[in-house]
Amino acid sequence: MTIRIGLAQIAPYLGLPDRNRDLHLEQAERARAEGAELLVFPELSLTGYLLKDMVANLALRPDASALAPLLEASRTLDLVVGFVEEGPDYRHYNSLAYLAEGRVAHVHRKVYLPTYGMFEEQRYFTAGNTLRAFPTRFGRLALAVCEDIWHPSLPYLAFMDGALGLLVGSASPLRGADRAPGDDLPSNAAFWDRLLRHYASIYAGWVAFCNRCGVEDGTSFWGGSRLVGPAGERLAEAPLHEPALLLGELDLAALRRRRQAFSAVRDERPEVTFRGLERILRARAAGGEAP
Amino acid sequence: MSDPFAATDYDLVRKVLVQFLRTEVRRTGLERGILGLSGGLDSSLVAFLAVEALGPERVTGVAMPYRTSSPESLEHARLVAAETGIELLEIAITPMVDAYFADRPDADSLRRGNKMARERMSILYDLSAARRALVLGTSNKSELYLGYGTAFGDLASAVNPIGDLYKSEVRRLARLLGVPEAIVAKPPSADLWAGQSDEADLGFAYEEVDALLRLMLDERLGEADLAAAGWDPAFVRRVEEMIRRSQFKRRLPVIAKLSRRTADQDFRYPRDWGT
Repeated sequence: MTIRIGLAQIAPYLGLPDRNRDLHLEQAERARAEGAELLVFPELSLTGYLLKDMVANLALRPDASALAPLLEASRTLDLVVGFVEEGPDYRHYNSLAYLAEGRVAHVHRKVYLPTYGMFEEQRYFTAGNTLRAFPTRFGRLALAVCEDIWHPSLPYLAFMDGALGLLVGSASPLRGADRAPGDDLPSNAAFWDRLLRHYASIYAGWVAFCNRCGVEDGTSFWGGSRLVGPAGERLAEAPLHEPALLLGELDLAALRRRRQAFSAVRDERPEVTFRGLERILRARAAGGEAP
Repeated sequence: MSDPFAATDYDLVRKVLVQFLRTEVRRTGLERGILGLSGGLDSSLVAFLAVEALGPERVTGVAMPYRTSSPESLEHARLVAAETGIELLEIAITPMVDAYFADRPDADSLRRGNKMARERMSILYDLSAARRALVLGTSNKSELYLGYGTAFGDLASAVNPIGDLYKSEVRRLARLLGVPEAIVAKPPSADLWAGQSDEADLGFAYEEVDALLRLMLDERLGEADLAAAGWDPAFVRRVEEMIRRSQFKRRLPVIAKLSRRTADQDFRYPRDWGT
């Protein structure tokens, strides 16, 4: 069995959720016509990224009527969309939702909110505090938002939780227009590419990375969305800095073969990690340095 | 010294800046760009970028010579217009500037130069409204950090594609885009009076200060690190002071805060809000 997946590398309109919803529906229609069964959008795909004080105005509950047309579209095509989530206590999260069969099947709240250099997400968003895999019609998957996977603990949790693949929505900007000699990608894109291929190969799973393109307040988002297979191989990649609908195949038989040949996930002992972290956290709580 | 800008991916920069111009101009609802075309390297490069982004028929260059401007500058502006196919307007600013200074004969060359820069800005913004064309900025990163520009003069624009490129990078990118070599190779000049040279005004060469600025701004090396790397501490301190003293040129005017939400302080919306 293969899963036909699409990555919608779009340039959302900044602060115009209705136009972005139409853009999503149009992309979903195109992807469906190409035979896609699952379509992933970037981080904050329904709102744009540099929202600042707009965060509070654009926040939605996952059951908001504004999402209804997307839920309707999810009856024929599973969708991952990025939005500002309003929690029951009115806190705001940078979230990705997995929509399938007309329902919100899962919501992931970004755990690591970058607040350094040009980033100021902790000023506007509350951090999520969990990452869990969830069942889909294709098998278990997990979601992560951009900076989340610069922390190796989250992909680890996703794959220990039984995920076959990790779907990452991003709004990664160009920061440094340099390219190392011999690299086929600019430095930031090359870093991401190595990271994604590392996770895919070490956990023998799929990694789908959907990054946005376009420009907001002078910041360019570099696109370059990509699919990585369970041996760390590049399955498909979108162009840099321009809109694209990237389609690819995720082959379950190939993943199964890879997990038979490469037993790191099978042999992984999360209880060792767990006990080690317990000890470290106890020492930290006691005011000591981690030995 | 090895080229500190050799790692810059100029093909990528070109693609990003063309898309930047196209996106940031059109999201304002306009289709056209207008810029002051001095005949120098920076404005020539912006003209070439704007043509790639918007098409030659949607870009207007305005040459605004003063009577002391070098005739070669106007020739080079004409050369850029001819090479790119953009419209060129020639509007001499001598009558307006001389009328103002007729009663102020003691004004020094700094005041006169600033007045010329603001006269040109005033013309560009008038033509911007007349032609529904956005004013494109032409200040590079070296000038912006050294403060080598006139507030509300040549520093004024709606969008600036080259403000994060050092002069040394501007020169390399200009060659890639095919800016005529006569313009790329000549010594940079604000051309406010005959024989003026940026590097004589500043007292150092762009290639030299750009290498230092890159270490200070991008790599965040401190004085001790720079001294260890062989940089003259007096030169480093001089450049640091130029950056600090020109900070106001890189910011909006300071507003006295009174209310709970104040423009540019805690009324935080992106400039591209709702586009």
